[in-house]
Amino acid sequence: MSGFFSAIAEAVSAILGFIDPLCGPAGVFRWFAEGTLLACGDAGWGDEIAIGFLVTASLAVATLPLGLLIGFFIALAKQSPERSLRLAADIYTTIFRGLPELLTLFIVYYGLQILVQNLLSALGYEQAIEINAFVAGMIALGVVFSAYCSEVLLSAFRAIPHGQYEAGYALGLHHGRTMGLIIVPQLVRIALPGLGNLWMALLKDTALVSVIGLSDILRQTGIAARVTKEAFLFYGIACGLFLVLSFLSSIVFSMIEARVQRSEARR
Amino acid sequence: MSAVTTLLPPQAPPPAPVRPYTLSRFVGSVALGIWLALTVGIFLTVVNGWDPAKFSRYAPNYLSGLGVTLLLVALSITLGAVVSLPLAFARMSTNRFLSWPAYAYVYFFRGTPLLTQLFLVYYGLGSFSAELKAIGLWGFFRDAWNCALLTFTLNTAAYQAEILRGAIESVPRGQHEGAASLGLPQRVTFFKIILPQALIVALRPYGNEIILMIKGSAIVSIVTVFDLMGETRRAFSRTFDYQTYLWAALLYLMIVELMRNVWAWIEARLTRHLKR
Repeated sequence: MSGFFSAIAEAVSAILGFIDPLCGPAGVFRWFAEGTLLACGDAGWGDEIAIGFLVTASLAVATLPLGLLIGFFIALAKQSPERSLRLAADIYTTIFRGLPELLTLFIVYYGLQILVQNLLSALGYEQAIEINAFVAGMIALGVVFSAYCSEVLLSAFRAIPHGQYEAGYALGLHHGRTMGLIIVPQLVRIALPGLGNLWMALLKDTALVSVIGLSDILRQTGIAARVTKEAFLFYGIACGLFLVLSFLSSIVFSMIEARVQRSEARR
Repeated sequence: MSAVTTLLPPQAPPPAPVRPYTLSRFVGSVALGIWLALTVGIFLTVVNGWDPAKFSRYAPNYLSGLGVTLLLVALSITLGAVVSLPLAFARMSTNRFLSWPAYAYVYFFRGTPLLTQLFLVYYGLGSFSAELKAIGLWGFFRDAWNCALLTFTLNTAAYQAEILRGAIESVPRGQHEGAASLGLPQRVTFFKIILPQALIVALRPYGNEIILMIKGSAIVSIVTVFDLMGETRRAFSRTFDYQTYLWAALLYLMIVELMRNVWAWIEARLTRHLKR
C-alpha cells in the first residue's frame, strides 16, 4: 500500500517537475539563467526559488476552497432569521477582519500548538507537538479570507430578488435544490469581482507564512539573499514572481467572468 | 325582536405561536456557546496567569508600541496622500509617457505583497550601501523605521491614487460642462466643484485604506521596528506566555473598531446634506 502511495507521490512530483515554469524542461531559469546565480541545480538558486513558487501557489490554491466554504456558511448564517446565529457570525467577521493577518497567523500557529498539546496531555500522551506551518498558514489565511468572503457573498445574496427563491419553490424544488440550481449560479456571477479582489489579497497574504518558517517564495529568496549578499536581485525576483502570479490570476479571473456571464441577456 | 342586552367580556388575544425549534436555532446556540466558552477561557487564562511584575514590565512597552504603530500609519497615510495626487493625475492623463509609468507604479505596488516591498527597500537597498553612502542617503536607509515609512508611503500612495482616480472619474461629465458654461476657469472647477464631490465618494475607500494600513503595519515588526506587534513578539520571546498575543489582539481590535466607528460617524456627518 505504501508503495502505491509513494508511486503516486513520485508521479505527482514528476508532473510538477515537468510543468515547473522556472526549472522544468521549458523553465525560464533553465533556459536564460544558466551559469548565473539563478541556475537550476546545485550551481544556483533557481530550483530553490522554484520550490518556493510552488509552495506559495499551492498554499493559495489550498486555502481558497476552505475560505470559500466557511465564508459561504457564514454568509448564510448572517442572513438567517435566527438572531443568535446572526450574532455569532457577526462576532466572527468583526474579530477576523479586525486583526492583522500576521497576528492571526501567530495566534493560530502557537495557539493550535498549545491546544493540541493540552488535548493530548489530557489523553495521557506526553510528547512535543509541532504543528505543520503549511496547515497553520492554511487555517489562518482561510479564516481571514472567509471573514471577508462572507461579506462579499452576503451583499451578493441581497442582490438576488426574493422572487427567485419563490419561483424555485413554485416549481416544487426543495430548499437545497433551489439554492444549488437557481441561487448559487446567480450568486457566483454577482460575487465574482469581489471574490477576485479577495483572491489577490490572499495571494499577497501568503507572503506572511514565510515568518513562521514555511519555505515559500519570500523565505527561499531571503535565504538566497543572505547567502549571496545580492539582496536587491533576489527580493526583486520575489516581487516579480508575485507580479506574475497576480497577472496570471487576473487573466484566469477575466476568463471565468466571461464564462459565467455567457447566459446574461445583452442589454 | 331581540336586542343585545349583555356584551361579551373582552377576550384575551390568542397566544403567540410557539417558535419552532429549528436547526438554525440549534446551530446559533452552539456557535454562541463556543464564543462564550472561548471568552471565558481566555478570561480565565488571563486571570490565572496574571503576573503584576510582567504587567508593570511590559505594559509601558505595549503603549509605546501602540504609539509607534499609530505614528507610522498617520505619517504614511498623510505622505501617501500627497504623493497620490500627482500620481492620480498622471494615471488619468492622455499623455502616454505620463500614464504608463503611473500605471506600472500602481500595478507594481498593488500586485506585490507589502512584506516583499519592505524587504526590497530594507535589505535590497542595503546592497547598494556604497552608492548610497556616496550620495549621503545611507543614514536614511540604514534605519528600519525610515525604510518602513518610505515603503508604506509608496504603497499607500498607489492605493490612494486608484481611490482618487476612481472618485474623480465618478463625477458625472455634466458637472464639468456646467462649470464650463458658467465660465469658471479649470482650476476653480476642479477645486470647488469636482474635488468636493469626488472626496465624498472616496470617503469610504479611504477609511478602508486606513484600516488596512493599521493592520498591514504589523509586518514592520519583522524588520526590527518595535511597533505594537514588535513589542508583542519581544514580550513573547522573553516570557513564552501566550497571553502576550491576546493583549495585542485586543489592542488591535480596539483601534480598528474605534477607527471604523469614528469613520462611519464622520461619513454620516459629511454626507448629511445628501440625506432625504
